[in-house]
Amino acid sequence: MGTETVHALREVSLEIAKGEYVAIMGPSGSGKSTLMNLLGCLDSPSGGSYELNGNRVSEMNDNQLAEIRNREIGFIFQTFNLLPRSDALRNVELPLVYAGVAPSQRRKAALDTLASVGLAERVHHKPNELSGGQRQRVAVARALVNRPSILLADEPTGNLDSKTGAEIMALFENLANQGNTIIVVTHEEAIARQSRRIIRIRDGLIASDERIR
Amino acid sequence: MNLFTELREGLSISWSAIRANKLRSALTTLGIVIGIVTVTLMGTAIQGLNSSFVQSVSSIGADVLFVDRRNWINQSAQDWIRGQKRPPLTLAMADGLARQLTMASAIAPVADDNADVKYKKRRSSGVNIIGTTENYEITMGLTVETGRFLTAGECSGGRPVCVLGAMAATNLFQGESPLGEKILIGQHQFEVVGVLEKLGGMAGNGGVDDQIIIPLPQFTQNLDHNPDYEMQIKISHVEQMEDAVEEVRVVMRRLRQLPPGTPDNFAINQQDQFLKLFHQLAGTIGGVGLFITGLSLFVGGIGIMNIMFVSVAERTREIGVRKAIGAKRRTILLQFLIEAASICLLGGLIALAIAWPATLLLNKVMPSSLSLGIVGVALLVSLVTGVLSGFFPAWRAARMNPVDALRNE
Repeated sequence: MGTETVHALREVSLEIAKGEYVAIMGPSGSGKSTLMNLLGCLDSPSGGSYELNGNRVSEMNDNQLAEIRNREIGFIFQTFNLLPRSDALRNVELPLVYAGVAPSQRRKAALDTLASVGLAERVHHKPNELSGGQRQRVAVARALVNRPSILLADEPTGNLDSKTGAEIMALFENLANQGNTIIVVTHEEAIARQSRRIIRIRDGLIASDERIR
Repeated sequence: MNLFTELREGLSISWSAIRANKLRSALTTLGIVIGIVTVTLMGTAIQGLNSSFVQSVSSIGADVLFVDRRNWINQSAQDWIRGQKRPPLTLAMADGLARQLTMASAIAPVADDNADVKYKKRRSSGVNIIGTTENYEITMGLTVETGRFLTAGECSGGRPVCVLGAMAATNLFQGESPLGEKILIGQHQFEVVGVLEKLGGMAGNGGVDDQIIIPLPQFTQNLDHNPDYEMQIKISHVEQMEDAVEEVRVVMRRLRQLPPGTPDNFAINQQDQFLKLFHQLAGTIGGVGLFITGLSLFVGGIGIMNIMFVSVAERTREIGVRKAIGAKRRTILLQFLIEAASICLLGGLIALAIAWPATLLLNKVMPSSLSLGIVGVALLVSLVTGVLSGFFPAWRAARMNPVDALRNE
């Protein structure tokens, strides 16, 4: 008996520059989730290397990965993944808590960021008191509050109706215009079309990499 | 993030988690409450037993030597038999000791027996009757509450008078004044001339309080013609105890006419022998008691561990999110440890709130109070229980892979 090693990704060589707005596309099982986990420093590759902002992520241990996620990555999930018992403000504050920012400072930063995504009136609402679109805005604010190098969104509109989905994509457009680096992982062509570069993954390989705007 | 912020964050997170699952937290806490209550009460009871015993024993006085035929405490059956075979002490030895000892301030020969005592219609059975001299007041450190103690005259062969211990007096007279009244000890009438102050001591057995003291000649005449005497010797200076013991030994050997090289055929007993034995015994009883009650705390701890596993499993996704956002292993570990510790500490506080009135109740049976030491230990134990039983679940949470945790539904 032995275990078969499955390589979800092979010979993927990829460079994303600061300020790019990239969509990663691929059917399920293509390896796009693995790529996203690697880019998001949630996982380290079994081989090869990943350099983020001058840090060799591929050689980091658990705690260093946690630190770099905190500093460099802002996650936006399909299911929002807000903490249900905490209000919007507290959710947005969380990355700053882990970064060790003083309470008064992080409160101000969280309030500012919530205002920038249009939720100034809703800061003390808990997730279940907010609509899907509002929840995703809280999640975006949480991703932004630490001023990360990358905004990494995994199917950000997957749980939203098309209207609120469009609102979120408009928000992304805005953020991209402000110079944020955004990576959206999606299987929806329409969503990917709104980015400026589409990387298609198939069977663990990069099938295409095109700039569209 | 420094440790202080982590602790504060952990506290606020765990507090909201505890509030979110009120019933579950309450039930889990209950296990700890029961554990801490039993351990606390056990601790208090042991302490109470200790102090009441020490109180009884110290009424004997640390500066008094008791010369007996036998050792108070026998290490083996042979010891006891050897003691039984020794010749009894005689009254003449009391005189010899009084004449030859230089370091003693008072010597009292003491004989004792149990007898039924009657006053009018009231009976008290099995009362400890002490036949002795006026020096007994000194050697035992007694204080007379009303009336007076036996006089030297009475003790060298006078009227049948007696002094009652506090408990013996209440039992027979129930509030009436005993002074001048006549009581029957066995078949013989004695006039009460004094009542002793209450000494207190072991619960149930009145000890020194349930005794009646009569002059030695009356004792040998009416109760026991040939009693087994004990010589009580009060030492002038307690710091010379060892020398005094040696002097008593030398004098006793001379009085007993023991040739050099033969072993002593008497025993010099002291209070601290008792104390030593008691502390040994109390240590064992306390250890076993605490172990048994500790088991209930252990069960409570298992409850905590169980519920923390549930809590970790339930919040796998939350753990994934926190990790994705930048929580380190230590942060997650601390979060769950604090949660477990908070539940236990809460349990400890509730337990103390229950144990406090319970010790007041216990106090009716034996001297007991919830000492600050026990409070501190109880809180510490509950905290440690929380940390220990929370550690394994917290460790599991801390080691979760964020990718897997996020995928969890």
